[in-house]
Amino acid sequence: MKSCSLKSLLAVAAVLLVAFSGITGCKKKAADAFPKSGAIAGWEKTSDTRVFAAKDLWQYIDGDADQYTAAGVVSTSTSDYKYQGQLEATVDVHTMNDAAGARKILEAGQTKDAKTVQLGDAGVEYAQSVIFRKGPYLVRIVAYESTPDAPQALLALARGVEARL
Amino acid sequence: MKSRREFIKTTAAGALILGSSAAANKLGLAAVLDQNAQRADASKSKVVIALDAALHGPGGQLDEKRVQALLDRAIAAYTGRDRPVEAWKRIVPVDKVIGLKVNGLGGKGISTHAALVLAVCERLQQAGVKPGNIVVWERDARSLEACGLTVSTDPSRVRCYGNDVGGYEDQPVAFGMANVRLAKILTRQCDMVIGLPILKDHSGAGVTFAMKNMYGVVQRPYELHANYCNPGVADLNCIPAVRDKVRFTIGDAMSAVYNGGPGFRPEYLWQPNALIVGEDRVAVDHTAWQMIERKRAEAGVPTLEAAGRAPQYIATAADADHRLGTNDPQRIHRLEI
Repeated sequence: MKSCSLKSLLAVAAVLLVAFSGITGCKKKAADAFPKSGAIAGWEKTSDTRVFAAKDLWQYIDGDADQYTAAGVVSTSTSDYKYQGQLEATVDVHTMNDAAGARKILEAGQTKDAKTVQLGDAGVEYAQSVIFRKGPYLVRIVAYESTPDAPQALLALARGVEARL
Repeated sequence: MKSRREFIKTTAAGALILGSSAAANKLGLAAVLDQNAQRADASKSKVVIALDAALHGPGGQLDEKRVQALLDRAIAAYTGRDRPVEAWKRIVPVDKVIGLKVNGLGGKGISTHAALVLAVCERLQQAGVKPGNIVVWERDARSLEACGLTVSTDPSRVRCYGNDVGGYEDQPVAFGMANVRLAKILTRQCDMVIGLPILKDHSGAGVTFAMKNMYGVVQRPYELHANYCNPGVADLNCIPAVRDKVRFTIGDAMSAVYNGGPGFRPEYLWQPNALIVGEDRVAVDHTAWQMIERKRAEAGVPTLEAAGRAPQYIATAADADHRLGTNDPQRIHRLEI
């Protein structure tokens, strides 16, 4: 009798655990997508990772927050990087409710200059930025200068981020 | 083609020592004569667009040494005074506290340039404003750092700090739909504010420049974002402390984003190499909007109207309920130098 009750309790606990995971959206939990210094050749992580919940996103991206909110952003994480001590860049990882939200943002921002890159589910690159989506994640990496080696360096950093998602 | 001297003479009609009731007495005879000579233009809002095609080098780097000269040309054209010290004395009350409201929300790539801020500070001091009576400010330290500025509260030097240090008033103030708590830097520190916004496309407002820059003086700017910031922007600018103290704009259009803003989008970065200067914030914004539209057309991007986000707040700011300035091109004296 006692053994039976214990099994029942364990079963109930397991069901609750699974259900709770679904409710809290564990699969959409913001991943630690940010490569550490030196993990990607030449790149140094130069700031702590800051995380903004959807309701606080305006503090980071001001009026841009509205379009992310409309697309179902859950949270945004961001960190600064530097390549070979010179080229500064920022990595933003937007965790959306679902892949459709990430697709919406990616497609809305594309220009005719965008070059398609093999990254995640879809990605594009420009001279100073790389943007890609993978599942519910939308990643934007932006460099603050245009240098000859920026595109290749950004792409390498983007692949490092993608591997952690 | 007018000579520089002729040009300055014909553009000397600005009513300066801005917003001061004693302005007429302080202008002096020469300025009065200039005003009389330019009676036709006097009813217009003057907006100066100062350009320097060589402001950015071939690599896209800003040549900071040229910024001071560009600023001087802009202010000379606006005031009709060749000598910067004399020009600045016509713009600011030198014995008062002058705030410089910059914009660093776009991050490092698209924030008010420190070189412009430093150039303004330099001229203010030369005109007689004490260093400690100059307050450079934004929402917070991070936004100031994005501009390339360092926080300092030392009263013997130019002060530079954010609302995160200065705090906000406990009591909200209201106009229309704007019900806001204002930054104490605006309400308690500054006697006059010069706006130093940076020109950006804005996904919500259409364009962000002179008037939208004031979202940085309230605690919860996101509450003013509804309906494409209309009438939020106009209402906020009608709140007395904003309307009365923010009396001049030196708009940074040295770099700009013409789409995808207000964040930094290098794929839409553009270098107009310009400063846009004026007292009439509506006329300044209208001018800035047209500049963005011209660039969008050149780049093959739909107009803001077609994109469904024309900056309607500019017309609202000019309407009978707000009367913040004019958006009528016929009433804007636009000077490109």
